[in-house]
Amino acid sequence: MLQVNTPRKIYDVCIIGSGAGGGTAAKVLTEGGLNVVMLEAGPRLNPEKDFKEHVWPYELAHRGADVGGKARYEMNNEFMAPNGFWEIEGEPYTTAPGSTFRWFRSRIEGGRTNHWGRIALRFGPADFRARSIDGMGDDWPITYAELAPYYDKVESYIGVFGTKENVPNAPDGVFQPPPRPRCTETLIKKACDSLKITCIPSRMAILTQPLNGRPACHYCAQCGRGCISASNFSSSQVMIPPAQATGRLTMIANAMAREIVVGKAGKAEAVSYIDKTTRSESQVYARAFVVAASACESARLLLNSRSSSFPDGLANSSGVVGRYLTDSVGAGLAGYFPQLEKLPPHNHDGVGGMHMYMPWWRFGKKNDFLRGYHIEFGGGRDMPGVGGFGGVCAEHEGYGVGLKQKCRSSYGNYIGFAGRGEMIPNEKSYCELDPNVVDRWGIPVLRFHWQWGENEFAMARHMQETFRSIVEAAGGTVLGGSRRATHSGDISTGGEIIHELGTVRMGSDAKRSALNSHCQAHDVKNVFVADAAPFVTNPDKNPTLTIMALSWRTSEYLLEQARKGELS
Amino acid sequence: MSGKIGAAFSRRSVLKSLSLGAAAGSVLRAIPLEAATWLHGAIQAERADKAGGYAPKFFSPHQYSTLQLLCETIFPADADSGGAIEAGAPEFIDLLTSENQEYQVKLGGGLMWLDATCEERYGNAFLQCTQQQQKEILDLIAYRRNGQNNKALRYGVEFFSLLRDLASDGFFTSKIGIEYLGYQGNSFLMEFPGCPPVPGV
Repeated sequence: MLQVNTPRKIYDVCIIGSGAGGGTAAKVLTEGGLNVVMLEAGPRLNPEKDFKEHVWPYELAHRGADVGGKARYEMNNEFMAPNGFWEIEGEPYTTAPGSTFRWFRSRIEGGRTNHWGRIALRFGPADFRARSIDGMGDDWPITYAELAPYYDKVESYIGVFGTKENVPNAPDGVFQPPPRPRCTETLIKKACDSLKITCIPSRMAILTQPLNGRPACHYCAQCGRGCISASNFSSSQVMIPPAQATGRLTMIANAMAREIVVGKAGKAEAVSYIDKTTRSESQVYARAFVVAASACESARLLLNSRSSSFPDGLANSSGVVGRYLTDSVGAGLAGYFPQLEKLPPHNHDGVGGMHMYMPWWRFGKKNDFLRGYHIEFGGGRDMPGVGGFGGVCAEHEGYGVGLKQKCRSSYGNYIGFAGRGEMIPNEKSYCELDPNVVDRWGIPVLRFHWQWGENEFAMARHMQETFRSIVEAAGGTVLGGSRRATHSGDISTGGEIIHELGTVRMGSDAKRSALNSHCQAHDVKNVFVADAAPFVTNPDKNPTLTIMALSWRTSEYLLEQARKGELS
Repeated sequence: MSGKIGAAFSRRSVLKSLSLGAAAGSVLRAIPLEAATWLHGAIQAERADKAGGYAPKFFSPHQYSTLQLLCETIFPADADSGGAIEAGAPEFIDLLTSENQEYQVKLGGGLMWLDATCEERYGNAFLQCTQQQQKEILDLIAYRRNGQNNKALRYGVEFFSLLRDLASDGFFTSKIGIEYLGYQGNSFLMEFPGCPPVPGV
């Protein structure tokens, strides 16, 4: 029988994942002239159809609470940008006995950048030299100075507001002007001033001035729903479109990567993926691979890419893939502020998130724990939503006009505080392949092991004490909670803050790291990782801006390699 | 249902005169008193029809009527706004309950507990009790401390607490509830004005 051999298409680069890291890589690589194919495990995004911007709760039958009220107290309610999930049907993960872990995943073009809080903080010089400074964890193989030019590039391109402040280890960036503070923010700022806690305009990836054809924010406070005018940053609206405009990006949606296939020369040559719409398996070939599926999903893909040359998974001769898993330390407290009762009704919306925040203000001082945290806060006269009045009802009880009036007079007078702190990696927190469970696509799933360390508990206690002192200094009343944080409560569940990272870490020692200083696998030179998996530390600053800066840097290195002919 | 002058004023013509009046800046004076009265009656009747015509997804008709009364009692109409029924709270709770087994047990069972307790105390289901009797039982189950003193009331307290919580969702996410709170926003602004000047803030 006659064999017809059609030459297979080989792309320059295959990117797995279209979020912050993958989107940045797609933009830089295609604009640099490479032909790129991108695999995304979810569908394409259609903002005009998919976003619920400006929809009122009463315009939805479930009022935002979703089927059966399951999202009454969840962030991923019906208003949120599509396909961000705490649980995905048919795509489970497991936890080891004694561990709890929550894993938020997005299956949509743009990934979690559709859902994130838009907080865009640079890591500081000390964050890259953690071990040199306090002896714990490890140093990064790069310095702040090496990454700083890429922070500049990212901020200049995506648009971040903020102010020059010279706060130690919280570097200033390329900023647009910040929005004016809300009443809740001026109130708390005064209290922080009296306590000598630094409180400054926040740094968010939301435009206050037009940029690259994107209009400025229109202050509806609904960034989490997705922004039809793309005035905030999402990879789907800001990174993917310019990549597509080059004509060199091929996007394959609904493609769940299963395995990276290694060729005879020991180089990666293809990705096997499941087409979710047909449930069939295909391969896509490329000369280089950028894994950017999110830290844990990237570790999973590498661990599932086993071959005779790489029996423990691709890029894992060190055995570190899945290890060094961290999340931010989270703690929260709310206060009631009676002086806000006097405020006349007014538009309090602002941008979708905080206008001010408290960076770590005790850097370099003596503390009873290592590293630091920042404080986010919000509240006030937000759009009423489900779950918003249960607390008042439980406090005041009863029924009738009196209860109704109590709900009205207390509306808008609550302010919530959230600490976000640095976790030091420990041996008991990691993910691995579950030996017994596969997902609906037949791909082995992750099993999480999780334990906070003493340093994290001490930090969470300090957060609680700080929140209390701020509430009291501002003339408010602390709502609920114990006087001091204990081990069992008052600290977030692992994964819950959605800053999980470190699972495919960089390092100069190939025995103790999976990637070199260019996020290139020590073991396989044409495999790169471009999400938060390469991070060596997880400082209190939210990771997304650093994901993009690092991906930009990795992508420029990859371009340079391509120009030198190293890819072919 | 349409009243004495129904034939002379169609709903459409009245609404049209209303909107013209609004454009002229004098809504009330522009409409003949009879027309205003008719319109008021027509809207009331429409609402009653709608409520009467709603087919509950989970609750029996009797339970749904009880649910409506309870919701309206928790968040009643007053001089400042309509109440929980106008806000659609009973429909919202019925929808969620039809999809949630825990609510089915707690709310469905809670309503049966309420009727059984009223039968025992007053010889009637809650709906058929006098207003004084209804107030008496609600005053017992609307406060957690009563459950601490009287264990038999705890089921009722738990039930009422969940119902109040869901009714607050239903009321304060409605158009009238949001207006009642005075929320201003969900709009397009060229610039964010910041905090209005208020002494002490």
